[in-house]
This record gives sequence, structure tokens and C-alpha cells, in this order.
Amino acid sequence: MIETRVIEVLAPGPLATVQDLGRPGWARLGVGRSGAADLAGHRLANRLVGNAEDAATIETTFGGLRLRSHADLLVALTGASSPLSIAGQPQALNAPLRLGLGDDLVVGVPKRGLRGYLAVRGGLAVEPVLGSRSTDLLSGIGPAPLRAGDRLPVGSAAGSVPVVDLAPVPEPEVEPVLCVLPGPRRDWFDDRAWPALLDTTWSVTQDTNRVGVRLDGPALVPNVDGSLPSEPLVPGAVQVPLSARPLIFLADHPVTGGYPVLAVVSRADLGAAAQLRPGQRVRFRPA
Amino acid sequence: MISGSGRPGPARSRDHREIRPYGEDGLLVEVLEPDGVLGLYAALAAASIDGVEEVIPAACTVLLRLRPGADSDRVAREVGSLPSLDPDRQPGELVEIPVTYDGPDLDDVAVLTKLSVEQIVALHTGRELTVAFCGFAPGFAYLSGLPKDLQVSRRDEPRTRVPAGSVGLAGDRTGVYPRESPGGWQLIGRTDVVLWDLERDPPALLRPGLRVRFTVA
Repeated sequence: MIETRVIEVLAPGPLATVQDLGRPGWARLGVGRSGAADLAGHRLANRLVGNAEDAATIETTFGGLRLRSHADLLVALTGASSPLSIAGQPQALNAPLRLGLGDDLVVGVPKRGLRGYLAVRGGLAVEPVLGSRSTDLLSGIGPAPLRAGDRLPVGSAAGSVPVVDLAPVPEPEVEPVLCVLPGPRRDWFDDRAWPALLDTTWSVTQDTNRVGVRLDGPALVPNVDGSLPSEPLVPGAVQVPLSARPLIFLADHPVTGGYPVLAVVSRADLGAAAQLRPGQRVRFRPA
Repeated sequence: MISGSGRPGPARSRDHREIRPYGEDGLLVEVLEPDGVLGLYAALAAASIDGVEEVIPAACTVLLRLRPGADSDRVAREVGSLPSLDPDRQPGELVEIPVTYDGPDLDDVAVLTKLSVEQIVALHTGRELTVAFCGFAPGFAYLSGLPKDLQVSRRDEPRTRVPAGSVGLAGDRTGVYPRESPGGWQLIGRTDVVLWDLERDPPALLRPGLRVRFTVA
């Protein structure tokens, strides 16, 4: 008999989902890419336990995750700087850790950042949907958000056991500065909008989730009357809707949108955008 | 190459297209001729240009998502010189959708269009429509080709719950809600046809370029 290795969810915290690199190729049918909001955090967690980067991890939101292991496992937590304990003992982030049979793992509320990534050697072997194990909260595709009592199967390990003890990773910044490129509809705004985007210290509103991060600050008013015919969106698109306050789209963004995109956050800073939490301040700088 | 302070001017190509960078991994192609998106989409799908990971059509634009490290200048040049395919010469598969025309907004649409319910049904079933693009929800297809007399604006107050299978009108588009969701389209009928089914390959019944004819159920 083949024994299935299982990890049990005792508490998911405010929101915990299974994520991988997402499901490219379905946007033409109305399904977005989804995937880990902070891809760098997801990839690092996998590397630390010797997984391929496309193995599924748990994405936590504001900590609060409690798990119980029903096998001997190797795990790593990256991303938001949360206190972490295994069997009651404090543990380091960004490091491969042994999680023994019957041990509880507890992720606390992060001091900085929003989302954590817990990788398990072997990856989470939940059923893929359209080629990915990611939960897409906008389109409702993929595994449901984790609930207490869920028993998550762990896959068989591939790759060699890592030899690293600890990855040197900076904590998410208190007031990050995100690098932006001009967006495809910058010409829908007058000459003041781009400098205003760059010169303002924006505050992150409560309206922040895997779809996007809504910011508050001065109004950015398009100078083109009428609406924009729906056009495709990308992660990092900084769209200015009718509220005139910018919104940074993240992994679960809609496939298309009808408001102009003034800027696009560069790929390297998308993870920092995904770590923004309500009340935090953020600035932009040109690429 | 685009600097942070200079204003990018979109590149124009011979087939009435403007190509704009969209982040490091994207090119947005605006198609300036009416109804030209599907012709470009078909050409891009057939050409499979090196470095292009995904082609996503929308109302007047097509997004190319590039593989990291792809040479976007080269891809833009290739897209700029790619002739569109004429969708009429290779018409997509025809999908028939039987509809029960008893939607909650049918009377409002009759007032707005100054048409009788019979005339609305005759116009809605009277011609082949085309899937222009998908969005809003998995399998939601924006259909083009709606007669001008049947074009109405969205409802002033969107509904918080529109049942799956509802058939709606908004501007020059018509479409079917694949699942229950919020929505602001004017609902004129309903269908039992399943628009989205993950057990089906592909899961969406309606894909860009396919032809659709509504019939009376």
C-alpha cells in the first residue's frame, strides 16, 4: 500500500490559497493567469526545499496559518516577515526546516509584508485545473481557499536535497518605491499625470486583494472623453478608473478592462507590489 | 526604446495598426480598421511568431504576451508586416443557441428600441453573429454583429445576481452569462446551453472567431 503523505490545515488565517506559476494560455477564453502574487517568494520557497519552481505552495495572507503534519516533511516559508514556529519552537524564514510527523507549524501575523509562501518538499499535490493548481479568486477556477480540516496531499519529491541553510533575503520595505514603465494609454492623460504618479506618496487602501491594490492620493484625470473599449490587462498594470485613483493589478486581474492604463510596474517589482498592505505608503519611480 | 520621461509614440504599420509596449513582456496592437481584430488574431494564431507566449484579443486591440527575454522590437516588426487574414474567407464553426425569450428586461428593451417583442426576437435570431472576444468571466463571449435597431445601453442599476444562461444586450454586443454573476446587461432571454464546462476540451463553447446563431427554443 502506498502511503499518502498529508498535511492538515488547522486554521487558514484570513486567507490561504494554493498557488503555483499560474495557467497561461487561457485568457482568450476569459480565464486569467493567476498564480502566486509574489512569484519571487514562491520560487524561492520551492528552491529552498529542492522543488521545481512550478510546484504548488501555500500563499498566506496576513499570517494566521496553522498546519499539522502527518508525515516527515521538509518545508520553507518565504515572503512576508512573519514569526514562524514548529512544534512550539521559533524558526527562521527563508530556510529549509524539518517538519516532523505530528508537528504543528504556526505562521504569525507579519511585521512587514502581506503574503507568505510555504513550500513543502514534493509540492502540494492537489488536483490541477487547466494545467495549474492556482486558486483564481476572480474567475473562481482552481482549488477552493483553504479551510480548517482540509487535508492536503504532498507529492513525491523530485530534484536533489538542497544544501543551503538560509537564503539572504531583504525584508519587504516599509515604504517601497516601485519601478514603472509608461503604460499603453499614457496618452489618455495630460502632461501632469505622469509626474503626479511619480511625485506622490500614495497610500494603500483597504481595498486590496489578489485582484489588485487600490491606492489613495491626488486625482489623475484622463483628458479623453468617453470610455475605452475593453482591452487586455497584465499584472502590474496601473489603471485609472472613474475614481481617478490608481489601482495596481496583481495575479487575479480581470482579463480585460475598460479604463486607461497609465503605467506598468516592472516585472522585478511586482512581488513588492503584492506585499503592500492596507495603510502602507508606496511611491513609483521611472524605469 | 522608450525613456521614462519621453512620450512614446506608437509605431504605425501598413495594415492600420498601432503597436505600443505594454510592460516588459507585452505588446498591445491597436487595430484601427473596424472589425479588424479577428483578422489580425487569426493571422497571429497561424503565424506563431517566435517569442510570443500568448495572443489575447479584445474589442479593438490584441495583446501579445512575450516570453521573458524575447526581443520585443523584432516581434513588433514581424507583427507590423503580418497581413491580416480575412475571417469571411475562413469562417469559424457555427454554434446554434436556442433561447427562451422571456427575460426580465424585454419590456424595457421594447420601449428603448420602439420595437415589439416579436420584432426583437426576429432581429436577435435573424442573423449570424461572431465571437469578438472573451472576458468578464470564464467563457463569457462578447458577440458582434448585432443589428443597430437592437442596440441599447446597459441597465442604470446593474443586478447583483444574473442567473447562468441569461441572454443579454449592451451597446453593440450581445452575450450569454456562463454562470451566475453580477451584471448590467439588459436581459432578454435564457438558454439551457452550457457555455463553460471544465470537463469539456476546450471548456468554452464560444471562442473568438466562431459564428453564433440564436434560435427560438
